[in-house]
Amino acid sequence: MFRRTAFAALAAVAAFALAGCGSNTPASSTSPSASGTPSLSGEINVFAAASLTGTFTQLGKDFEAAHPGVKVTFSFDASSALAQQINKGAPADVFASAAPKNMDQVTDRNTPTTFVKNTLEIAVPKGNPGHITGLKDFTDKSKKIALCAPEVPCGAAAQKVFKAAGLTAQPDTLEKDVKAALTKVSLDEVDAALVYKTDVLSAKDKVEGIEFPEASKAVNEYPIATLTKAPNPDGAKAFVDYVLSDKGKAVLTAAGFDAP
Amino acid sequence: MLGLAFLLVPLIGLLTQAPWSTLPARLFSADVWQALRLSLVCATSATALCVLLGVPLAWLLARGGLPGRSVIRAFVTVPLVLPPVVGGVALLLVLGRRGLVGQYLDSWFGISLPFTTAGVVVAEAFVAMPFLVISVEGALRAADPRYEEAAATLGAGRWTTFRRVTLPSIAPGVVAGMVLCWARALGEFGATITFAGNFPGRTTTMPLAVYLALETDPDIAVVLSLVLLLVSVVVLASLRERWISGLR
Repeated sequence: MFRRTAFAALAAVAAFALAGCGSNTPASSTSPSASGTPSLSGEINVFAAASLTGTFTQLGKDFEAAHPGVKVTFSFDASSALAQQINKGAPADVFASAAPKNMDQVTDRNTPTTFVKNTLEIAVPKGNPGHITGLKDFTDKSKKIALCAPEVPCGAAAQKVFKAAGLTAQPDTLEKDVKAALTKVSLDEVDAALVYKTDVLSAKDKVEGIEFPEASKAVNEYPIATLTKAPNPDGAKAFVDYVLSDKGKAVLTAAGFDAP
Repeated sequence: MLGLAFLLVPLIGLLTQAPWSTLPARLFSADVWQALRLSLVCATSATALCVLLGVPLAWLLARGGLPGRSVIRAFVTVPLVLPPVVGGVALLLVLGRRGLVGQYLDSWFGISLPFTTAGVVVAEAFVAMPFLVISVEGALRAADPRYEEAAATLGAGRWTTFRRVTLPSIAPGVVAGMVLCWARALGEFGATITFAGNFPGRTTTMPLAVYLALETDPDIAVVLSLVLLLVSVVVLASLRERWISGLR
């Protein structure tokens, strides 16, 4: 936290100094020079969707190993919350969103690239005590079902899936995010939930996944972009390139993401 | 003054950000009333549950001469400092349908608390109870036990003494505790959404509705927050006299 604040202050000072040298462009376009040297250095602030926590932490470590002297700092949260923070001036270099909608909310960004896709899967507790076989069990009132709230991306995707299948789900709870839905499954409090394939993989000792054909109707695309106000634009570009590289793809697909 | 500003400015921020022109239409939507009604019912029920369980507990702590009383008091106040989400998970592990106690509730009586309105009440009571216990215990300690002794020497039984002598003398403390307890229950979010889940009309209380509205329409979240703020302030202010005398 302190380091980030210090860095932001440093960037601000540099921007002021440059402005004093006769540049009348806004701070956003002068701050790129704040990093000084063209070679990679300093800190790269990556704002990434919560569902990327595991993979991006891994990618960050690999990236730091490949570029000594660079520190990658992550802020993982709901994409919507991160988009709000960036728009309010959070010192982010890279934004990786779980939905194009949240990427679109960020105004000062460069052209985003879709880097992975995530599909829904039915998660059931180990041993499948509720004897769930497919999506139609979600319409059974006697089964305990958790879905994501329609306000959050996994809930919106679930709505699309049920619409495509022509089914009316009978959920017992509409969870605030996909991890909360997964928790209800792993604690065996519900018989089934609709979560992402990657979530099932991440909790594989506690939950089982059941694939279903309608999942292809609601594929979630993850865009990544550098931000125009990035305090460290060189680092931002290098990190995005790394995520898009074959090495990055390997880490992401191993976690259950699909290639775009 | 700085302290007052620190507490008030965020609330003023809410007021200035409110979409006043479209406020009435949003306020009178069915969803808002549903969430508000559920919040009021659950907070009141949770307060009743806390009185039922908390007053005897406070009496035990103040008068009961228990061994290890300070340790027990620490445990009673734990929900006050525990992150509410942790409280919710703890409740799930105990009262969930596969929980320590919950599995028997489920298999013997067919009762399952998660995802029910009763679950909301339990979650709110868990988080709000310390407020009641601490207030009542403080009042009990401040009350003069000689009146109780006098009542006992005059032939009153323990229950009669408690009901006719102790309870009236600590009434302000109980009311203060109830108000704080109710207000805390009304604002409860973390334990509720973790333990009771979120389903409109059944478990979606105002704080949950605010959180989810923030995802799509921050304006609605501001409106809902204002309603919650208004209800809280009205109740706290209307009970102010008794509340203050109770804390004295």
